[in-house]
Amino acid sequence: MSAVLNSSVQPALSNPSRGRLWVWSLFALVIVVAPLIFTSSLSHTILSQMGIAIIVCLSYNMLLGQGGMLSFGHAVYSGLGAFIAIHVLNAVTEGRVALPVSLIPLAGGLAGLATALILGWVTTKKSATTFAMITLGVGELVWAMSLMFPEFFGGEGGISGNRVTGPKPLGITFGPQIQLYYLIGIYTFVCTGLMFAFTRTPLGRMLNAVRDNPERVEFVGYDTQKVRFLAFVIAAFFAGISGGLAALNFEIVTSEVVSGYRSGAYLLFTFLGGATFFFGPIIGAVLMVLAFVLLSEFTKAWLLYLGLVFLFMVMFAPGGFASLIMMNVRVAAFGRLKPLLVNYMALLFTGLVAFVGAAAMIEMLYHLQLDAALGSNLHFMGLKLDAAAPTNWGVAMLVMLLGIGMFEIARRRFAAKWGDTQQAIEIDLKRREAV
Amino acid sequence: MEFFTISLLNGLSYGLLLFMLSSGLTLIFSMMGVLNFAHASFYMLGAYFAYSVTSLVGFWPALIVAPLVVGAIGAAFEKFCLRRVHKFGHVPELLITFGLSYILVELVQLVWGRIAVDYRVPEALKGPLFTLYGTQFPMYRGFMMAVALFMLVAIWLLLKKTRIGLVIQAALTHPETVEALGHNVPRVFMLVFGGGAALAGLAGVIGGNAFVTEPSMAAAVGSIIFVVVVVGGMGSLAGAFLASVLIGVLQTFAVAVDSSLMSAVATLGVSVTPETFGYAVLKLKISQIAPILPYLFLVLMLIFRPKGLLGTREG
Repeated sequence: MSAVLNSSVQPALSNPSRGRLWVWSLFALVIVVAPLIFTSSLSHTILSQMGIAIIVCLSYNMLLGQGGMLSFGHAVYSGLGAFIAIHVLNAVTEGRVALPVSLIPLAGGLAGLATALILGWVTTKKSATTFAMITLGVGELVWAMSLMFPEFFGGEGGISGNRVTGPKPLGITFGPQIQLYYLIGIYTFVCTGLMFAFTRTPLGRMLNAVRDNPERVEFVGYDTQKVRFLAFVIAAFFAGISGGLAALNFEIVTSEVVSGYRSGAYLLFTFLGGATFFFGPIIGAVLMVLAFVLLSEFTKAWLLYLGLVFLFMVMFAPGGFASLIMMNVRVAAFGRLKPLLVNYMALLFTGLVAFVGAAAMIEMLYHLQLDAALGSNLHFMGLKLDAAAPTNWGVAMLVMLLGIGMFEIARRRFAAKWGDTQQAIEIDLKRREAV
Repeated sequence: MEFFTISLLNGLSYGLLLFMLSSGLTLIFSMMGVLNFAHASFYMLGAYFAYSVTSLVGFWPALIVAPLVVGAIGAAFEKFCLRRVHKFGHVPELLITFGLSYILVELVQLVWGRIAVDYRVPEALKGPLFTLYGTQFPMYRGFMMAVALFMLVAIWLLLKKTRIGLVIQAALTHPETVEALGHNVPRVFMLVFGGGAALAGLAGVIGGNAFVTEPSMAAAVGSIIFVVVVVGGMGSLAGAFLASVLIGVLQTFAVAVDSSLMSAVATLGVSVTPETFGYAVLKLKISQIAPILPYLFLVLMLIFRPKGLLGTREG
């Protein structure tokens, strides 16, 4: 995971700080305007969840992308944050604690931080692969404990609360989803800003150094374990905030939020979004919510699609979607994107053909497995398929193979052209340096 | 005494099963530096293949066929997927096996359904092996132990006494030198990965019917074998053996103990009521905390002996 953070984009922007101002303003604008464009209550729910997911994925990427720490237990910190937040919320409701509802996510954040102070000390003793295994073990530990202590975790039913409580400044009760959305939006913007600022601090820079060359860092006189520990605690703080927001959003917290399944999802989507860029996890978070809310409604085979996309991503684009975008931004900055567009269209079309063939077969298989009682007919992209008819399988197979064949041809052409473009850019760069 | 002996034997057989899983994981890890996240998925595949083969031709062919098929799948995965990401570093290597575990569990559910399948112990191995203090020890448990021990000896002989074993051992520490001597190291890697997967498959064949063959069986055992590998010391086969047996015995004993801290305190003459501080912890029975014992063990190990039982370096 090389540090291609910003260096590759900069030639395009005359003034990086002004460019950055634009990006942040745009981000704020998107947060403000999004619920006004998508006005249905479903989209407000989705947008709220996206904000929560953005915080937790960015916090996860502090470990994975910036620190090279592959954690399988990040849900422990967001989950415990959520539990503390819901307990605080209930305490507020009962009048035992005087805290405005809008600050409850901070309580979640502090809970995440406190948990990480204890568990993180053990976890960050090791790095790399051993670190990954320990986080897995700690995650399992907390998950198993969540079923042992129903007093705190609420057992099977979880703990529920009511976010309409306490003082109501300016008539904001957080009852309507839109009000909560804007609270989440503010938290998302501030947390994203803080986490970006963290990458610019000496500690953030040391963290990158620990990722890239721990021996040398030790040699220079830094304690790598301490750097990892501090980063881990800070990441857990932000994860806890996201957990607290989730507690307010759903008004119920079940032990599922600390499960390894949840941690796995954070890892998967942070990686898909792109761990090598700061903004990658934002893409990942948006995809995560879309996948969990929409894709799972759309098809029963969504976990299989997800696994396959992940597998291909690791194999062919280990930088995630963000790296794909940034590579093309670089090409566009040198004004060489246009000739490639034809190839992109070809790739897209052939890929789509292959996908349709494969997806038809997967859907028929799932249909046979799960809904056999409903008969062998199913609807697929506006077509009516009969999962029992061999011709349908044959046609689907043919479409897929045809698609794969054409895709391979298109890919080879594209690869050649892409190589030429990169070479041309290198020459351009050298020429600029010479001038 | 009766309880002790039977629990010990049960624990040993479970521990040996764990070792069959963790030995493959350790070999793959120490050789390729790859933490195979999908290792437990191969265990699951082994159990399901054995179930299918058993229903077609019987248990004994399944004992041979299923591990071989799983091994072939593992080798193919190494050749076509894992090798491609090798150049990106260890994290993507781990991630690709993580992705594979997702796909495998989904495929298994697709082929065999979402509920447990009826994979049974063969008739010939039913019944007690011997009776001890009035309690019967099942013959199948004995069979499991025999298979595991046989595999243990076979691996040891393979690694220590054969030429391919020498190459594998050399490739563990000095891959470049071995390559320079004309050995095909990538192929050795493929064999080790396939071999590890086959071992996991074999564990699935004999463990699937002793326990339950269901889609969640991979997740249930997956994190335990990681604990075993860390506790034993990363990359140490002997350590993995020790840790497997230790954790197997520990868990088997804990599940069977019905007392709690509360009763321990009560024997000291202190009465515990729901109002006592820490009642939630005190009232837990040992059998209730059995699932978390391996992880507690892991955490304690890391605090007091970070390199593991028989590990040689602090990673």
